[in-house]
Parts: sequence; C-alpha cells; structure tokens
Amino acid sequence: MEKNISFKLKIWRQRGPKEKGQFKVYEMKDIPTDTSFLEMLDILNEQLINAGEEPVVFDHDCREGICGMCSLYINGHPHGPATGATTCQLYMRRFKDGETITVEPWRSAGFPVIRDLMVDRRAYDKIMQAGGYVSINTGGVPDANAIPISKEKADLAMDAASCIGCGACVAACKNGSAMLFVSAKVSQLALLPQGQVEAARRAKAMLSKMDELGFGNCTNTRACEAECPKCISISNIARLNREFIAAKLSD
Amino acid sequence: MWLIDSSIGRKVVMSVTGAALILFLTFHMAMNCVALISGEAYNVICEFLGANWYALVGTAGLAVLMVLHFVFAFWLTIQNRKARGNVRYAVSERPKSVEWASQNMLVLGIIVFVGLLVHFANFWSKMQLQEIIHGTNFVAGQNGPTDGAFLIQYTFSQWYYVVVYTVWLAALWFHLSHGFWSMFQTVGWSGSKWQRRWQVIGNIYVTLVILGFLSVVYFYFFKSLC
Ligand code: HEM
Repeated sequence: MEKNISFKLKIWRQRGPKEKGQFKVYEMKDIPTDTSFLEMLDILNEQLINAGEEPVVFDHDCREGICGMCSLYINGHPHGPATGATTCQLYMRRFKDGETITVEPWRSAGFPVIRDLMVDRRAYDKIMQAGGYVSINTGGVPDANAIPISKEKADLAMDAASCIGCGACVAACKNGSAMLFVSAKVSQLALLPQGQVEAARRAKAMLSKMDELGFGNCTNTRACEAECPKCISISNIARLNREFIAAKLSD
Repeated sequence: MWLIDSSIGRKVVMSVTGAALILFLTFHMAMNCVALISGEAYNVICEFLGANWYALVGTAGLAVLMVLHFVFAFWLTIQNRKARGNVRYAVSERPKSVEWASQNMLVLGIIVFVGLLVHFANFWSKMQLQEIIHGTNFVAGQNGPTDGAFLIQYTFSQWYYVVVYTVWLAALWFHLSHGFWSMFQTVGWSGSKWQRRWQVIGNIYVTLVILGFLSVVYFYFFKSLC
C-alpha cells in the first residue's frame, strides 16, 4: 500500500578520484513508497539543482535489472537490502519512516571512485578482453540441434550467463576479489562444447588479468553469492578453480 | 611458479597445507585418546615416537607445513586488505549465509598459533627437545623424556591450562568449521551439492576431533580434583 515516508540520506560526496570525500546528509520529505530508489535520487538531484548545488553522480542505465550499470552500497549491502535484485529494482517501501539511509560507492582498489557514487568498473572489461569470448573459427552456421547439450549443462551455463557484471561481488567481498564474476564468465563457456576448445587458455588468461588488476584472493566467505543480484552460485568458483588447476597441471 | 604468483595457486598452498595439518590433528587426537584408557599404553606410543628418525622427519615436515600455512596466511591477508582499498564502508552488514569464522580466519589462526607455542612449552620442550639435546630439563616427577602421561596429568591438574587449552581448541574448531569445506572448494572438488555436503561432513568431523582432544583435558582435570 502506498504511503509517504520522510528520512535522512547519508551520501558519499567526492569531487574526483584524487580528492578526499566525505558523507553529506540530506533530508528527504514525503517520498511515496512506490518510488524506486533511483527515482528518489532523481528527486534529490532535482532539489539540489534547484537550490544551485551540484547533483549527486551515480551510475544507471536500463533501470530494469539487466544492464549492470547501477551500483550503490546501501545500508551495508550492495544493491541494498533486497536479495536477487539490483538497485534500480529497489523500492522505497523497503525503508522506514525516519530512518537514516547510508549510500556509499563500491569500495575496492580495483574499482576507484570517479565521482560521488560512480566508480570505474573498466577492470571488468579488461578481464573480459583477456579471454571471455570464443575466438575459434566455427565455419558456417551449424544446425541448432547438431551439437547435443544436456539440459543440466545448458541450465548451468545459462545461470552463469545471467551475470550482468555489475561488480556487487567485489563490493561485497572483504578481500575485494572478483572471483564470482570471473568464474561466471569462465563457466558460461566452459560448460558448452563451443567454449571447451579454449577453456584452459581462457581460465589462465582471465585469472591472471584479475590478479594483475589488483583484485584480492578468494577466501570462500560466500558474501558475493549472498549479495549477487543474479544469485550466481559459488559452485562456479569451484569450477574455475578446477579449470585453472587442471590447466596449470597440464602445462 | 603458479603456486606463488596466481591467486588460486596461493590458495591451493593454503588448502593442501591445511589438509595435511588436519590429517596430523586426527592422528594426534587418536593417539591422545589412548591416555584415557591407560597412561602406560600412552607412554609406549611416546617411546615409539620419541626422537627416532621417523618422528624427527615427521616433525620437520609438520614444521615446514606450518610455516608455509602461516606465511601464506599473512601474505594473502595483506594482499586482500590492499585489494579492499583504503576507505572502509561506514555501514556494513554480514549476510546470514556468511559464517563469522570465514571472515576471521587470520585472527583465529593467530590464536591457534599462540596456543601452539604454549603447547610446545608444556610438552615438546620437555620431551622430544630434551631427547634431541640429551638434556634433563624435566618437570619434577617426570620420568624421562617419554613420560607423556605424567605431563598430561601434571598440566591439566592446573586449572588455568585447562582454560587456555579450551580457548585454543575452540579457536581451532572455528578455524576448521570454515577451513574444512573451504579446502575442498579451493581445489575445485566441490559444487552446489558437494559444498553443502562438505560443510556438514566438516562440522561433524571437526567436532569429533576437537571433542577427542577436549575429553583428555577434562578427564585429567576432573581426575586431579578427586
Ligand atoms: C593446526 C593448525 C591449522 C590447521 C589444521 C589449519 C587449517 C586450515 C584450512 C583447512 C584452511 C582452509 C584452506 C582453504 O581455504 O583452502 C585454512 C585457512 C586459513 N588458515 Fe589455517 N590452519 C591451521 C593454523 C593456522 C595458523 C597458525 C594460521 C595463521 C596465523 C592460519 C591462518 C589461516 C588463514 C588466514 C586461512 C584463510 C586463508 C584463505 O582462505 O585465503 N591457520 N586453515
């Protein structure tokens, strides 16, 4: 049921990558609970612009949970308190009247802050460029059913492929590790015959890129899996470990 | 060398050294339980091991495993803190499915290590060490370097050692409640089904091992009271 709530927003403001940031508190009055979190930030920004202040910078694009652009660490959780949902799918009915809502950017050495709540996630693109694709010449388009793939494998590959690359796993991980992302991107191909040809090279290249870019070592805390808006499982991490170790042992 | 310069490789070192240490703990616990039945039988095992070449090779091997596990633990933790960045979150909540132990492995490990030093002072320095250096720095009443039964009785008749060993073993329980399934995950021998299974198997296994150790401590403590 719709009602209006008023609350305090404690938001991280930082003018640039090298500058020191700090929290600023904004009073939000009479926000309908049917407002989405990002719409609420739009309302805040309109107020700020009308008052002649700098609006809060944050990432967003599709606003329907598929592009992976939105981020935000809200009240101690990446993408806020909802499970299996991105920030853009979060509504104000999750919050209480009079509450203080703390909004922070992803915090990780691999994702430096660009401004306010916007972080640089190009590290993920670099990891993908290191091997997150199929590059062999497959010839003409084969018949769709020519290569049989079991339902189980197809489902697992689809689950892994649902990763939108938002970076919530890194934001949630106390070690700033990107293993859930890398493992999903390795798994979605390693599970299918088309991806197996380059599987060993891919696992090695993507992992060493991840290490090189300064992400941490996975200690299996499972925080990534709990906070992932697409509920990617850490069984993908076990698969990546398997692929990587097997690749190294056969070198 | 991938075991050193890749993140998964470094974790494999933690996993394999951890697994070897768990196997050793299992053997040590089984051996201790003999002391519940007969002190004399326990001393026979102590004599069999003593400072014979195979016991020395085993001890040296364990020392290497421990040092590797310890050094890699600090190395990984330092790297991980760096990867987290300089600014910490102002508000941060642990999701329900995240075990407390999994986020505090280094602290738990340090408690385990300090306990180990106490344990060496209580037993190893009075037993194998004396045999190696042909020393006679025994506890009053100890009958030679292989009189382990006496040292057990002596140590656990002092209540503060009972407290120290309990804290030590509790920290080890927490360390292994996460470590057990984590080591299988690290080497990739896990999946959505096996992760849950390893967790359950680990909890049972580790609880049995720790209870085995504790039973000797409390058996001798209560014996000293009557
Ligand atoms: C009898 C003693 C010990 C045993 C049996 C043991 C066992 C284990 C096991 C099985 C793991 C899991 C490895 C993995 O995740 O793949 C582990 C992880 C760990 N241990 Fe130990 N450990 C012991 C002592 C110590 C000590 C003395 C320290 C440090 C001072 C330590 C620090 C750590 C840390 C920090 C981790 C997490 C590493 C990571 O996941 O990256 N442990 N241990």
